Amino acid sequence: MSDPNLEDPAAARARRGRNYLLAGALLAFVIVVFIVTIAKLAANVAQPPV
Amino acid sequence: MTDQAVTMAIPLPVAGWRDYLALLKPRVMSLVVFTALTGLVCARAPMNPALAAVAVLCIAVGAGGAGAINMAWDADIDALMRRTRSRPVPGGRVRAGDALALGMTLSLFSVGLMGVAINPVAAAWLAFTIVFYAIVYTLWLKRRTPQNIVIGGLAGALPPLVGWAAASGATPLNAWLMVAIIFVWTPPHFWALSLYISGDYAKAGVPMLPVVKGPAATRRQIFAYSLVLAPLGVAPAFTGLGGRAYLAVAILGGAGMIALAIRLLFSVAGDPDPAAAPGATGLYDVRLDLKPARDLFAFSLLYLFALFAALLVEHLPGVPGGAW
Repeated sequence: MSDPNLEDPAAARARRGRNYLLAGALLAFVIVVFIVTIAKLAANVAQPPV
Repeated sequence: MTDQAVTMAIPLPVAGWRDYLALLKPRVMSLVVFTALTGLVCARAPMNPALAAVAVLCIAVGAGGAGAINMAWDADIDALMRRTRSRPVPGGRVRAGDALALGMTLSLFSVGLMGVAINPVAAAWLAFTIVFYAIVYTLWLKRRTPQNIVIGGLAGALPPLVGWAAASGATPLNAWLMVAIIFVWTPPHFWALSLYISGDYAKAGVPMLPVVKGPAATRRQIFAYSLVLAPLGVAPAFTGLGGRAYLAVAILGGAGMIALAIRLLFSVAGDPDPAAAPGATGLYDVRLDLKPARDLFAFSLLYLFALFAALLVEHLPGVPGGAW
């Protein structure tokens, strides 16, 4: 009798794919925040607020 | 074996990352991104390229979020239509609640990032667009009135305005002219499609114009909207937005739209098929001769793409005769 708690290989593969997608999205978010910060800082350096 | 045992023995479909990507309606998203990018470039406002990319990303993610919310709330009618029944939610691969959560998260993320990184005007218009599509169109208009895509088309028309606002923080007349073109383009485009899949809409109880008013009235409406669309498409050439290349594209494209609309007007596209088997005939059975509707649907896509591509090219830095 198979273990009812054991995840189906297809389900495990799909879950892994979703996790990679989530990790990629989080990484992309970090990169975007970094880029926005640098871009805003650069603009302030070029034209300092009075 | 009992029914219950059979049900339990069938493994549930597994959602992969492609299903979550499909929730974002990537094809719709690509058109949204293209028109928004055109608006952003046409604003002629100096903008850090990285921030411009972030603005486009926000618009893309916002469109995706709205698409996911739409799929979550439309799952019941999507399951009844051939065109949409294999989508992740009606297909049983993604729960409606999960699609809704994804859509809301992405929508909030996109609006928040647009507000923080770009400007509050663009964020406000992005939020309005998402709410209009996800709530006003999906929950209210789509199931209640044959004017659903006329009014709801505003959501699909606003991306150039959001792009323009992202670049300049303003929404001048030319930005609204781009909105108006997509707004008037939407009804003939979707009604042409609905002429050859009206049976599906009828089954799902969606009151599309061919279902409620019939195919002849729909063909007349498509013609009327095309008559308005053609001169409206030319208008940017006289407001300083489009140049000579745009004018040529708009005149040729507008003439094509009107020609195809006239052909459709005098066709029988969408009419009940008298040759159908007894019992199968009815208001929602359509003739096989649907080419005029299909041609107009396909050409309208090309027409809109050509108009915005012409504007985009004319406003790119370094293009001879361009605005930069």
